[in-house]
Amino acid sequence: MRIFGLSLKVFKTLLTTQYAYMLEYRIEIALWALSGVLPFIMFSLWSQNDVGNSFGLNDVGLARYFLSAFLVRQFSVVWVVFSFEEDSLTGRLSPYLLQPLHPLFRYVASHLAEQATRLPFAIAIAIIFFILNPSSFWLPSLPQLFLAYLSTHFAFTIAFLLQSLVAALCFWTEKSSALERLIFVPYLFLSGLLVPLSAFPSNVLKVAMLTPFPYLINFPAKILSGMPVDISNGFLAQILWISILVPSVNILWKLGVKRYTAMGA
Amino acid sequence: MHTNPSDLIVVDQLSKYYRVANKQPGFKGTVKHFFDRKTYDVSAVTDISFKIAPGEIVGFLGANGAGKTTLLKMMCGLIHPSTGLVDVGGYSPQRRQTAFLKEITLVMGQKQQLIWDLPPMDSLYVNAAVYGLSDHEAKVRINELAEMLELGEELTRPVRKLSLGQRMKSEILAALLHKPSVLFLDEPTLGLDVNAQARVRSFLSEYNKRTGATILLTSHYMADITALCPRVICIHKGKLFYDGDLDSLANSLSPSREVKVELKDPCASEQFEKYGEIQDLNDRFVCLLVSRDKLTDVVSNLLTDFNIIDLEISDPPIDQLIGELFIKGEVN
Repeated sequence: MRIFGLSLKVFKTLLTTQYAYMLEYRIEIALWALSGVLPFIMFSLWSQNDVGNSFGLNDVGLARYFLSAFLVRQFSVVWVVFSFEEDSLTGRLSPYLLQPLHPLFRYVASHLAEQATRLPFAIAIAIIFFILNPSSFWLPSLPQLFLAYLSTHFAFTIAFLLQSLVAALCFWTEKSSALERLIFVPYLFLSGLLVPLSAFPSNVLKVAMLTPFPYLINFPAKILSGMPVDISNGFLAQILWISILVPSVNILWKLGVKRYTAMGA
Repeated sequence: MHTNPSDLIVVDQLSKYYRVANKQPGFKGTVKHFFDRKTYDVSAVTDISFKIAPGEIVGFLGANGAGKTTLLKMMCGLIHPSTGLVDVGGYSPQRRQTAFLKEITLVMGQKQQLIWDLPPMDSLYVNAAVYGLSDHEAKVRINELAEMLELGEELTRPVRKLSLGQRMKSEILAALLHKPSVLFLDEPTLGLDVNAQARVRSFLSEYNKRTGATILLTSHYMADITALCPRVICIHKGKLFYDGDLDSLANSLSPSREVKVELKDPCASEQFEKYGEIQDLNDRFVCLLVSRDKLTDVVSNLLTDFNIIDLEISDPPIDQLIGELFIKGEVN
């Protein structure tokens, strides 16, 4: 069996090895999980000012949305550009380029393994959130959970591809992580991490929906929290963005790798 | 260039240029560099051609920055040549086709592919999966190479806890797991102590004998080259200026040989001047540099004219010769 041209054995070995590696850094990962509490800060801000009502959400709805946003963020956070840049500048990329496995698969495995390591910490944080906000407790239905899981993985794929596109610029600029800021700022405002997109004026929302960002947090978080959402159009948009980004990354990678100078190696 | 089917590697008029930015020191230089960046092309390798037959061990010699590592990187497909051609076993390396990648390996003495916080065994099983080895094949291969490299429980200890020598041997094991037939080794003994260097050398020699693999090696340690490489390619300032066997290089570099004599009684230096150039004279020991064509006569005369306890004839140290060669930048 092959997954994206990768044999199941390679996939499994990469994942288990990377998981073992991530477990070596479990404390660091717990801290990273804790550092993703921005949605809770935003929840606290919006609920105290009673702004939630203007988003069409009561306090419970707001709490569920931001907890969902936190969980989606935990499993779609991407840092490939930073690892890739370091590997590229230090020459660590060189042996990877000479193996019959696309180097990006290694980073995918690292991310998935890190997500698995984050899982218990994310669950613990969710439990604490429910203890502090007992009225917001809910259990999503199985189909809801499955769709949220699927859309979160698609969100991760889009985020990974977007950052890989920037990472591939390392072949030209050397410090492409600086360019990642160009993605991070619109991501912060348009993904739904700071505020549900329903709070946006309709013309801003229309423009935002033309970008990939609302499908990274807002869409999966709405599914998970049980808010009304256009599921088929949301998935369609996610698949569309993935189909645009896969060939784009592929082309940029092929062009870039010709310029690789194996610095530091 | 005429290519022979028996040639495994063909390098034809290969050149590589790097574009680099030039920045003047100081604040003014920084501002100028920011607004008006000046770049220029640096030639790392210029118009180099040679062929290598299967099973050969070839040493690449050159000072730092001579271009030997760039050449190696182009041959293994890591970087694209600016001009010229490289053919390795019928493959164009820079295309990095899977079949080609399964036939080669690159070991860089100063770089590691092993995962730092895990035991080498974890990285070995990743490599085995990547190269499509079954679990049984991987186990047999790991055991075989571990025995040759004298590695045991080190393979189950985190890489960060290993000594440099153990780490390097583990790196070599990881790089050879898939039975590559062409080995590109860039400073494989860098930083190792004398014993570890010797073990790596004897392993490579044994590996070449057992598998018939072709080995291309760069090293700053002349002992690596003299022990392993019957053929050397010398690179200076990006250009090839010698391709041939090491002995001929030594002969062309030094037309003389060293004659070391231990005397029964001390003698004055004037007594030896007619035999050759005196390199060293210390009480009862004398070292003379004698041209090869006069060697037989000189030795015969020395034995007749002096009361000699011991006499030794040797070539001047090759590393000394090569060092002088790089300083001069030309072959005599």
